[in-house]
Amino acid sequence: MKPVALILRAAGINRDVDLVRAFELAGAETRCVHLHELIEDASPIASCDILAFPGGFSYGDDISAGRILANRIRHQLMDAVWTHVAAGKPVIGICNGFQVLVKTGLLPGFETDADQLPQRITLTDNALPRFVNKWVDLKVESGTKCVWTRGIDTIECPIAHGEGRFVAPPEVLDRLESNGQVALRYASNPNGSDRDIAGICDPTGLVFGLMPHPEDNIHPNHHTAWTSGADTAATSGLRLFENAVRYAAERAAQPA
Amino acid sequence: MTSIETELPSITRVYRIEVHPADVSDDPVGRNTLHEAQEFHLAQSLREVRSARVYLIEMTLDDSAIERVAAELLADPVNQRYVLGATDGPSDGVGVEVHYLPGVMDPVAMSTKDAIVEMLGDAAAYCEVRTGFRYDLIGAGRGEAEAIARAMLANDVIQKVEYEAYCPDAFVKGTRYELNLTHIPIRDLDDDALVRMSREAHLFLSLEEMRCIRDYYREAEREPTDVELETLAQTWSEHCVHKTLKSRIRYSQEVDPGSGFRVSEIDSDRPGHVVNEDGTVEIDNLLKSTIAAATKKLMAEEVDWCISVFEDNAGVIAFDETDAVTFKVETHNHPSAIEPYGGAATGIGGCIRDTMGTGLSAKPIANTDVFCVADPNWDRAKLPKGVLHPRRVLKQVVAGVRDYGNRMGIPTVNGAVWFDDRYLGNPLVYAGSVGLIPRDMAFGEVQPGDRIIVLGGRTGRDGIHGATFSSAELTDTHADEFSHAVQIGNAITEKTCMDVILRARDHADGCLYNAITDCGAGGFSSAVGEMGEKLGATVDLEKAPLKYEGLSYTEIWISEAQERMVLAVSPEKVGQVTALAEAEDVEWCDLGSFGTDSKELVLRYEGTEVGRLSMAFLHEGIPQPTRVAAWSGANENSSPGATKANASIGELLEALLAHPNVASKHWIVRQYDHEVQGGSVAKPLVGPAADGPGDAAVLRPKLDSDKALALSVGLCTAMGDIDPYWMTLAAIDEAVRNAVCVGADPSKIAILDNFCWPSCDDPKNLGSLVRAAEACYDGALAYRTPFISGKDSLNNQFTTDTGETIQIPPTLLISAMGIVPDSGKCVTMDAKGAGNYLLQVGVTTGELGGSHLALVGGADNGDLPKVDLRHAPAQLAKVAELIGNGWIAGAHDCSDGGMLTAAAEMAFAGGLGLAVDLAGVPHTGELPDVAACFAETPSRVLIEVLPEHYDAVIKALREASVAHGEVGRFNDSGRLTVRSGGGQVADCDVNALRRTWLAPLDW
Repeated sequence: MKPVALILRAAGINRDVDLVRAFELAGAETRCVHLHELIEDASPIASCDILAFPGGFSYGDDISAGRILANRIRHQLMDAVWTHVAAGKPVIGICNGFQVLVKTGLLPGFETDADQLPQRITLTDNALPRFVNKWVDLKVESGTKCVWTRGIDTIECPIAHGEGRFVAPPEVLDRLESNGQVALRYASNPNGSDRDIAGICDPTGLVFGLMPHPEDNIHPNHHTAWTSGADTAATSGLRLFENAVRYAAERAAQPA
Repeated sequence: MTSIETELPSITRVYRIEVHPADVSDDPVGRNTLHEAQEFHLAQSLREVRSARVYLIEMTLDDSAIERVAAELLADPVNQRYVLGATDGPSDGVGVEVHYLPGVMDPVAMSTKDAIVEMLGDAAAYCEVRTGFRYDLIGAGRGEAEAIARAMLANDVIQKVEYEAYCPDAFVKGTRYELNLTHIPIRDLDDDALVRMSREAHLFLSLEEMRCIRDYYREAEREPTDVELETLAQTWSEHCVHKTLKSRIRYSQEVDPGSGFRVSEIDSDRPGHVVNEDGTVEIDNLLKSTIAAATKKLMAEEVDWCISVFEDNAGVIAFDETDAVTFKVETHNHPSAIEPYGGAATGIGGCIRDTMGTGLSAKPIANTDVFCVADPNWDRAKLPKGVLHPRRVLKQVVAGVRDYGNRMGIPTVNGAVWFDDRYLGNPLVYAGSVGLIPRDMAFGEVQPGDRIIVLGGRTGRDGIHGATFSSAELTDTHADEFSHAVQIGNAITEKTCMDVILRARDHADGCLYNAITDCGAGGFSSAVGEMGEKLGATVDLEKAPLKYEGLSYTEIWISEAQERMVLAVSPEKVGQVTALAEAEDVEWCDLGSFGTDSKELVLRYEGTEVGRLSMAFLHEGIPQPTRVAAWSGANENSSPGATKANASIGELLEALLAHPNVASKHWIVRQYDHEVQGGSVAKPLVGPAADGPGDAAVLRPKLDSDKALALSVGLCTAMGDIDPYWMTLAAIDEAVRNAVCVGADPSKIAILDNFCWPSCDDPKNLGSLVRAAEACYDGALAYRTPFISGKDSLNNQFTTDTGETIQIPPTLLISAMGIVPDSGKCVTMDAKGAGNYLLQVGVTTGELGGSHLALVGGADNGDLPKVDLRHAPAQLAKVAELIGNGWIAGAHDCSDGGMLTAAAEMAFAGGLGLAVDLAGVPHTGELPDVAACFAETPSRVLIEVLPEHYDAVIKALREASVAHGEVGRFNDSGRLTVRSGGGQVADCDVNALRRTWLAPLDW
């Protein structure tokens, strides 16, 4: 049985296709389900092994990126999502998905009660407040608890966002660091993020959010320098998805 | 179904909420506004800008609910704070607020309203939202603030500037429209009155067309209703029927062009051309006799991969066994001149809808964009009245394409920018859209009885008269006169509409509709009119959901409100389609049905017939005019002359790299998402540091396949003033060459034409258009590249308040789409390794007319280099073969700036040095160094060859008799050196050249 990755669709989500492909290549079965369908019937979340929030501009990123979708999830889908998290199943939010995880409070997820998840972090206007699409080098933080980044040192992939600047009060940043929740840092900070942070996980290491798009570096012809013979496999983003799929498969194989 | 709330709860008021950065020192928007004011030379005493968002919410009185909305929805708890009401303006500066005018599309307001309703439920039973921006200009005086507001913060056409905190007591609302059926007497009008009516009612029809309409109604023995006249004007507009390109043209040659299309050389093979005894040429339907004729001829020969050409909303060619790809390029010039952000956004949005409206709907997979603007450093004091500054225009058109394309999730992958001061009052915005569609869905057909189902946005007054406005000429009063023609888009509405359409198309029961088209120029009138052409249609106009009340039946019918698609759906499938729409919150309506007994268009409003037109008259009734065209020689020479005749090769190279046409466009490229959808193979900027100008974009439309698509453009505007015939061939050559340079198969390249010309009522301009069209015919046949789609915009000129008319240079954009058999064999232009050889394929001739060297003053603007149609196609085919063999490490076209500019780009993109020796440049006749370096002879390619493949490459080129020469070798020196005749003529630092290239548009 292949683990099932459920990819959430909503108005303005647009990197669902890229994410489906990444999970397929990583060995998962994929289901792309619209938010409204899940609000009517959340059982697809209960029956999935991995929950994924893709990139895009949910509701146009109007008001602020991910805000409206995060509120809708908080109001209408939190029980199902929290049950998934509490069961120890992997979650990923990329770009707009990361913004949603942060604005629902699922990240950093210091608390253990779904009703008490304050927003402690934000992702806001880049230091130069406009959209930017370029490739970045990412370093996996040594000692991170993140399950998704296990065994990986570096990843190269594009960023594509206007509101990707990671901002949190110093005490939250300290706690993230001391807790092993910082997963990825930019080698060269592209947006003014606090402490170069590109991605974090929750205290279990299973809920993972990041601004860059590893799902757009999963093919030998994706890398910006593939035509000059770069070793693209060594920096591929696919390994993140393989880690989660492997974890989900092993988890499912364990007796309940 | 939707209905308009007509009853307001008794107690409503407008709440005002401001959202500020929590920490004034962390305000990127404010900081950037300050930076822009400085960049625009508008900041005198301004020293800081503090930004805030303003939300105005009209709802039932409930203070605690408003507090919750502010805290949980509008302000971010980590880095923002909110204020209910208004904060005081700055004590040492001016507070400026920018609010949208009532009725202007405000996507943020729409989303906010929905989110409030979701959050508060019944408590928000009545809720309306409007949004604005507040800028506290610290240090600025009132005059300075007004100048800043006018020049960069607001556009009067869509926004109002307030200098006090703005909060109306209630929002302005539409008043209910009461049917008022209007007839317009036309039967007794004489010619003068007809001409006056055409202009004053914004019909923009010719006298012949007005007469033809008058005669139709004389025969019908009644007067037209207003909506009938509007329908005719929209359908017969230049924008919709391309009547100039389809007209009968009498072309005369007042000056013998000497080469290219000459009357003395026209033979009987040229379809639709008859040479009269007086030496004039009669061309029956210019489009059909040139551009389309070439495609027809190619399809009759071996080109078997065209599926749908010049028929649908986009051209369609085969991609592989199961799928096809579509391509359409549109212009949106006049709206962009008045409101650049909205004009460009709706330009790309409209073009994407063309893709969605092709066949049974193609999935949009890539966007392209090309802008033509005046000098961004134009002196603000010398800006004619009614003209926006070119820098603002460029910034905002880029932002418009960015925000629409990125939100739609479509990668914007290829484009160009051309600078010429004649675009000052009339900039050009080209937007392209590529789609993927199953081959068996490439055609739709409306069935009698099909319901007319509209999906997407609501109808408002926006864009009324867009189709006819594009046929008019811009003047300094245009912004006032035509402000209603400006459209603002909402990308998410189009995105959700697209999601639903693709679900309906790919439904398990098969496609749920029989035909689809988009609402573009002319709105419902064009969409329903076209779809119902063969069957007739009955439309109930009151069924359309409206943005606000008060629209007349005519306004509903011709509104160009964005983001609407029209589907023809069998009655039994309507439920399935609308269920899909409702599941994703996409609005729909059933506007009527296709098929009437006498094939008429019948318009009704609340049961009353308001219009009835014969489809035959509507679509076939337009008289074909005969128009006069004359070639009278080159445009007046506006080049600076050889002011830099004594400059060194190195100095000229720097001047060329810094010319904005050549300089890096990273400022634009980086703002576009060119990776989304996961198929990126060759990006717009290439090389290890992503700082080389790629020749063409390559992407894989199907993620499980390595078959790919190359997209490129050709634009050689500087040649057009001398002879548009040779300009056109050079543009076709450049577009094809760019595609070949990345790995496209030259036998599978389709091209598109987009003409932007000054007024073709002037025989001189029509003469130059004829020469361009004739070159399209010759070029398409020579390269075996069929034209599959095209558009024209033929009234691009601006008349200033002092009466001076500035005509744009004749501008032809050629866009190319080529099949790449294997993405893994693509190459990019960045130099790959020291020791590799640099070869030039193709000869350099000495002409420097129309070159960038002439533009920067390095040469006189003399004779043009000419495409050699006998050799160029074979030469490109050979380059493609070498790339396919894997013998080429990199390839780059030699175009803007010539060989040395291209070679320098390869070197700095690869981070390598390069030693050039001009002795190796293949040439004919005498070739001065400056021409060897900078001539823009078409058809040449630079190729980088690994030493181990050197012999094989030389042998292959020699055996094919393709001119070639070794012009240099890459090294690790970090220098670009040029030798000639045994001496060194240039020695430049490669990094410095890179910086020179990066700097001009590093905004």
